[in-house]
Amino acid sequence: MSNYIGKPLSRVDGVAKVTGKAKYAAEFDAPDLTYGYVVSSTITKGRITHIETSEALSLPGVLSVITHENRPKIAWLDMSYKDQDAPPGSPFRPLRDNKISYSGQPIALVVAETFELARYAASLIRVDYREAPHETNLDTNLHRARKPKSGLASLLKPPPPKPRGNFDEVYAASPAKVEGRYSHSPEHHNPMEMFASTVVYEKDGKLTIYDKTQGAQNSQLYVTQAFNMSFSDVRVISPFVGGAFGSGLRPQYQLFLAVMAARELKRSVRVTLTRQQMFTFGHRPATIQNIALGADSNGKINAIYHDAVGETSQFEDYTEIVPTWSPMIYPAENVTLDYKIVPLDVFTPLDMRAPGGVTGVPAIETAIDEMAYELGIDPLELRLINYSDRNMAEDKPFSSKELRECFRQGAERFGWAKRNPKPGSMRDGHNLIGWGMSTGMWEANQMPARAEAVLTVNGKLRVTSATADIGTGTYTIMTQIAADTLGMPMEDVLFKLGDSDMPLAPIEGGSWTAATVGSAVKVVCEELGRKLFKLAQKIPGSPLAKAKWDDVEFVDKHIRLKQNPAAAVSLQQAVDQNGGAAVWQKSTSLPAMMKQKNYSRAAHSAVFVEVMVDEDLGTIRVTRAVSAIAGGKILNPKTARSQIIGGMVWGISKALEEESVMDHTIGRFMNHSLAEYHVPVNADIHDLDVIFVEEHDDIVNPLGVKGLGEIGIVGMPAAIANAVFHATGKRIRELPITLDKIL
Amino acid sequence: MQTTLPKQPVTRPAPRLVPTQPVTLTINGTPHQLQLAPWTSLLDALREYAHLTGTKKGCDHGQCGACTVLVNGKRINSCLTLAVMKEGDDIQTIEGLATGDPANPESLHPMQRAFIEHDAYQCGYCTPGQICSAVGLMNEGHAKSRSDIQELMSGNICRCGAYPHITDAIQEVMQQTPKNA
Repeated sequence: MSNYIGKPLSRVDGVAKVTGKAKYAAEFDAPDLTYGYVVSSTITKGRITHIETSEALSLPGVLSVITHENRPKIAWLDMSYKDQDAPPGSPFRPLRDNKISYSGQPIALVVAETFELARYAASLIRVDYREAPHETNLDTNLHRARKPKSGLASLLKPPPPKPRGNFDEVYAASPAKVEGRYSHSPEHHNPMEMFASTVVYEKDGKLTIYDKTQGAQNSQLYVTQAFNMSFSDVRVISPFVGGAFGSGLRPQYQLFLAVMAARELKRSVRVTLTRQQMFTFGHRPATIQNIALGADSNGKINAIYHDAVGETSQFEDYTEIVPTWSPMIYPAENVTLDYKIVPLDVFTPLDMRAPGGVTGVPAIETAIDEMAYELGIDPLELRLINYSDRNMAEDKPFSSKELRECFRQGAERFGWAKRNPKPGSMRDGHNLIGWGMSTGMWEANQMPARAEAVLTVNGKLRVTSATADIGTGTYTIMTQIAADTLGMPMEDVLFKLGDSDMPLAPIEGGSWTAATVGSAVKVVCEELGRKLFKLAQKIPGSPLAKAKWDDVEFVDKHIRLKQNPAAAVSLQQAVDQNGGAAVWQKSTSLPAMMKQKNYSRAAHSAVFVEVMVDEDLGTIRVTRAVSAIAGGKILNPKTARSQIIGGMVWGISKALEEESVMDHTIGRFMNHSLAEYHVPVNADIHDLDVIFVEEHDDIVNPLGVKGLGEIGIVGMPAAIANAVFHATGKRIRELPITLDKIL
Repeated sequence: MQTTLPKQPVTRPAPRLVPTQPVTLTINGTPHQLQLAPWTSLLDALREYAHLTGTKKGCDHGQCGACTVLVNGKRINSCLTLAVMKEGDDIQTIEGLATGDPANPESLHPMQRAFIEHDAYQCGYCTPGQICSAVGLMNEGHAKSRSDIQELMSGNICRCGAYPHITDAIQEVMQQTPKNA
């Protein structure tokens, strides 16, 4: 072995990213490339009565305008449109018919020889509609809330557990009670790279598709089914993804439209959405929650009520895990939970960084802060009083939970002990200072995955798996794992991803990629090692001839005896023994279900935040924040820190800035640009500190990792909301906390 | 309720397009002869015609900074600039910052090296714009402190949230570079 794992190494794809060589979906060229531009519906609900394309088509260089009237035949069954992240229901089909189901729905694709021409021609399309009344307001439609339909997605997102104990009775008798209604607005992922697909039409009608996706094989599956093509005729490639945050978990409509146009025109087509169109597909659903907590006078929480109602579309039942986080964190004996959805005339919501987690956890963690004030107990102390090593939603012990240590180290780094609990008691000139804290939690999952490893005749290692790197560092950590397993320098290891031809990997989401693909890379390298060991033994006079597998180790490009390092065969010698051919292995890694099933597996965090609130203007700044993370083994502290910092910035954004503002009169998101959809800029972000608490876990997966993509965001919003209360005495339960809510 | 857009029978003549014209752009010291429409943005000219895709499109409205390039050493949003206006100017993109072979880390611009060292990116999509903007910021010479850097880099959005590391990287390069150099 080498020991790259655990080292703060720079990214292996760093040079490509800083020189502009890293290529994203819209940046691959093709001979005779044409450009598609999407026309979006200007109404929210109704029918297209007429669509006039002749003016656009009269322009020289405009090749086609595809609408519901002239589109080629597509698959009939709903089943054919189900991707790996499809909720129960009937997936949206672009250009299916004249029906409009939401504002901004794609209604035509203009294809032309140049981008400028396609864009101009799109402006010449005239559409008549017959409008129907729409409903987009969750708040005024709560009476229509219903249980979601169950389907495959319910396996990963089970409904809340049945009530336990007797909430009503125990709550009524509790000496300390709090209750509140918590809500947040819809949010859009808005990765910097807009969704794009470059579909290359090959001579034989096969398609090579460069797509923005978190799963090349998910896009491939979707295209083959929707267009009745065979897997061997559709190859999807996605080496770099300019951010996704969940938006790439489902194929987006530009892929469908670009494929349709390429097949129709027998030409290569690129379709890139505009920033405005980035607000016309999945989003984090607006959600309204109610929480009631009952505690005894010592602070022991005995009763929890938590319900949530989220929005969905009229065609699919998107769900999240929301109220279940309460009993996952707090071990009350009397718990009643409820989760419902309301179908509205919007696109189906879509998993967005810590889906459900950063909805439910901030609500319960704000309620806990309210309870701390109700009882006059320090918020950190109250959390320690109610600390649990068991997940009471599943009634199982955690495989590991170093949250107590997160609280200790985070509080110490932040200086929590110096806090004066009285709201409004700390100030700096006209700025009110507030300190708040929160717990964070995210599940540690592992999925099945495959990987391939090849030791070439030159003694270089190439490892592949069809996963994605959306900025998370997948390229780098997989290279580290492979290099360590076979005792090679990282320079001799090439890890490749993002190609549907590669071994099977699940969509890259849920913070499971390090565990899932990392385990597959480890397994395939170990099994390749066994092959190399056997070859090494066959070398005439091999010093390893009589050795057993357990007797050897892989160090410094050699297989050698642990007891006698001088008895060694180089990897080059081993591959030379293979008759001039590379040595090849493909392997599958499956979660150890028997080992895992008796445990609940999750990452935890303790977050401490300082805010400054301008007394006169109501402006809020997060001046410093400490996130102490228990996320299992940290493979690369440098990229890991970036993931947590990124999550913390997202938490600041969710708490204070971002929301998609719907005008319910016309049913459209109004702030559909990066000028009006506020996300933090550099000057909004101040002192962010990350602590990785040591945590060992040999149950969660063979690497002991828990995934870091979501845990950074989960604890931030409540810590900020609680700090705002501490600064101002105002309890804001509606996110984002904009200055109008303070004044 | 009735239509949102007025129904317009096609009675007017088909629109006439202004023809494309030859435009010579000097990009990273190399002249590129392109045939462009007058309304082609510098950003689209770089990406779709000169095939230099290192410059990114994040909004096409001057709101995100991903398309930042240097024109005569000054940072601009290339999406808000028409290509025809930049004939005769010295256009520098991310592809032109490294001297020599980009595979050799020594040939990278100090800002590129600092971005790698500080992990000042995640997905990498805003990175070329951030780096060009940072080089432009240094050319301007107005940033004297960390908070100046933060303020003057706030036209470049990083949705991954790498801001603290971006600021670290720029601060390091500023400290390395002697004043008036």
